[in-house]
Amino acid sequence: MSKDNQVLEEFSSKEYEHGWSIDLESDSAPKGLSEEIVRFISLKKNEPEWLLEWRLKAFRHWLTMKEPKWPNVKYPPIDYQDIIYYSAPKQKVQPKNLSEVDPELIETFKKLGISLTEQKRLTGVAVDAVIDSISVATTFKEKLGELGIIFCSFSEAVREHPDLVKKYLGTVVPSNDNYYAALNSAVFSDGSFCYIPKGVRCPMELSTYFRINAANTGQFERTLIIAEEGSYVSYLEGCTAPMRDENQLHAAVVELYAMKSAEIKYSTVQNWYPGDKDGKGGIYNFVTKRGICAGDYSKISWTQVETGAAITWKYPSCILKGDYSNGEFYSVAVTNNYQQADTGTKMIHIGKHTRSRIVSKGISIGKSQNSYRGQVHILKRAENARNFSQCDSLLMGDQCGAHTFPYIDVENKSAHVEHEATTSKIGEDQIFYCLQRGIDEEAAIALIVNGYAKEVLKQLPMEFAVEAQKLLALTLEGSVG
Amino acid sequence: MLKIKNIHAGVENKSILNGINLEVKPGEVHAIMGPNGSGKSTLASVLAGREDFEVTEGSVEFLGKDLLAMKPEDRAREGIFLAFQYPIEIPGVSTVNFMKTALNKIREYRGQDALDAVSFLTLMKEKIKLVEIDQSLLSRSLNEDFSGGEKKRNEIFQMAMLEPKLAILDETDSGLDIDALRIVANGVNKLRTKDNATIVVTHYQRLLDYIVPDYVHVLYQGKIVKSGTKELAMELEEKGYDWIKSEMEVA
Ligand SMILES: Nc1ncnc2c1ncn2[C@@H]1O[C@H](COP(=O)(O)OP(=O)(O)OP(=O)(O)O)[C@@H](O)[C@H]1O
Ligand SMILES: [Mg+2]
Repeated sequence: MSKDNQVLEEFSSKEYEHGWSIDLESDSAPKGLSEEIVRFISLKKNEPEWLLEWRLKAFRHWLTMKEPKWPNVKYPPIDYQDIIYYSAPKQKVQPKNLSEVDPELIETFKKLGISLTEQKRLTGVAVDAVIDSISVATTFKEKLGELGIIFCSFSEAVREHPDLVKKYLGTVVPSNDNYYAALNSAVFSDGSFCYIPKGVRCPMELSTYFRINAANTGQFERTLIIAEEGSYVSYLEGCTAPMRDENQLHAAVVELYAMKSAEIKYSTVQNWYPGDKDGKGGIYNFVTKRGICAGDYSKISWTQVETGAAITWKYPSCILKGDYSNGEFYSVAVTNNYQQADTGTKMIHIGKHTRSRIVSKGISIGKSQNSYRGQVHILKRAENARNFSQCDSLLMGDQCGAHTFPYIDVENKSAHVEHEATTSKIGEDQIFYCLQRGIDEEAAIALIVNGYAKEVLKQLPMEFAVEAQKLLALTLEGSVG
Repeated sequence: MLKIKNIHAGVENKSILNGINLEVKPGEVHAIMGPNGSGKSTLASVLAGREDFEVTEGSVEFLGKDLLAMKPEDRAREGIFLAFQYPIEIPGVSTVNFMKTALNKIREYRGQDALDAVSFLTLMKEKIKLVEIDQSLLSRSLNEDFSGGEKKRNEIFQMAMLEPKLAILDETDSGLDIDALRIVANGVNKLRTKDNATIVVTHYQRLLDYIVPDYVHVLYQGKIVKSGTKELAMELEEKGYDWIKSEMEVA
């Protein structure tokens, strides 16, 4: 009997005493959430005992928690017992060529300027050997390996680097942090793990694109990035291609850990299915993202372009613990039709001379609701802390809403906190000026909106920025009355 | 090239243009003068297709086509350019980006391929020289925090880039210092060919020393009440508009 099977045996017999009733041979768990299910997931993933315990603790805590009601979003109650929490990564039926793929999707790809090869990769069409993404990924991985950089799936990290995972998991976002983080901690499926050793500057943008087994990480994704002293990494999450998923609820957790003088730049383009024009369907994206600037002179920078999801609940935050550490948050959030977004950031200043900068650009179209929620907290020992916040809202049409909820909490008198907020509309004059130069209304709006969001877009890595611009234009399509 | 016949236009219950007739032929420069509020900018806007103004009567033919039936962007693509009296700010969008978008939209309409980056830059360099504009201005947000003169100069740069068939310059000279006036006027002159035409709206005869008009028209209460050659401009400079007004009253 192989070692794995032995473990499995042990577990299953043990579980039997507790009334284990799930078919372990099954590829997926039955609907619903219970301790049994948590054990089942951990078992299926061959996890060590400590991780199972960690999950169980999170689960038990989750049971005592209530779904947050404070976000400015509305949705029917979620039945957590009606969700399947584990199903083994399935080999989907691969389409043989692009003609077998949803033509609407292909049309969107074309508008985004996504290459044919990339279109095939995204839709799961088999690609030929030369440009096979796996071979690209392999060369890529070797190169990173030489520098001592670890970049792999979360499951692989649990197997190959358990000490690192054990040391840092849950240190930035504790498993009892909030309702969705607790849920994620109990049932997370997979995700990414990234470790940059001391003094290493990661020579390329790390993106899940290059990670083998990146597909099917499921609805409860978990990411952990650790940057050792003096290291640097830029990480890209998501892609501009539309992401469809039959799972309605997504609750991811991302933890960033920056040591002394380390810098982590985390960029996201979120384009989950937003639902149709009447507000039917669409993903609920309830994410907890947080980074800690643990060492002096460290820096964490979040950049996000959010165009998708029916509901977004997301506050990438920075805990500025090290002296002279620096946190940044740059966000563009677009909502159209019936989309709702409640997003922003928290900057917690603990160390002396800590700085933070918040630039949030909301764009509301149609009947959508777009809220910025931000907290700046300057603790007592944070001498000479500085914060600058800029929250702008752009409204298109008169049926949408933009809301700003800034919370500022200053416990040290030496702090300098600046908050600016504006609300604007695209002027008729601006449109006419564009029209007079031969630019049609749709292109004019895209141009003006991209200009409005420029301060954020320019934070993105070059290639990503170009795609994000196209994505914004695409999201605005049809918004012209 | 342009035939304006008996144009009446206005907003809601207010009529602003009361029967304008004007014909512009290729290669010509027409100057339109007239007191404040006489309808000069309104005429320019109507030609450019601004929807705020309703045309209640009359017709406009441009290069054999019915101009009033065209969408504003198509008028621009057909070769009408308006240098705005008050250029608009577009935050975050540079003149370079703005011109690239405009030029490629116009080219697309005409069935031409988009310009690649190198050709675009070459063209831009050439036009920068022509209108002597400070290059650093072009990468800043369009018209945002530009001085009055810089805005006007930028309009002329855009005109140079788009090479229109009919350019309408609405008080492009106001706000320019003496050197800038000369430079802008030189730019306009260099862009003149036997195939394109220019309408300059101005209050000052000075500009017409540089851009010599073939015809000068006086607009008053939404009508062209007097037309002549450049001597008319000098007469106006000397006497003001009162004699025209009194002439009108007598008539
Ligand atoms: N959108 C509008 N609504 C109401 N009245 C308008 C509108 N636009 C222009 N007008 C009026 O029409 C008249 C003509 O305005 P216009 O701007 O065409 O004058 P102008 O000849 O260009 O004057 P100036 O020399 O001051 O630039 C003015 O009385 C003005 O107030
Ligand atoms: Mg005027």
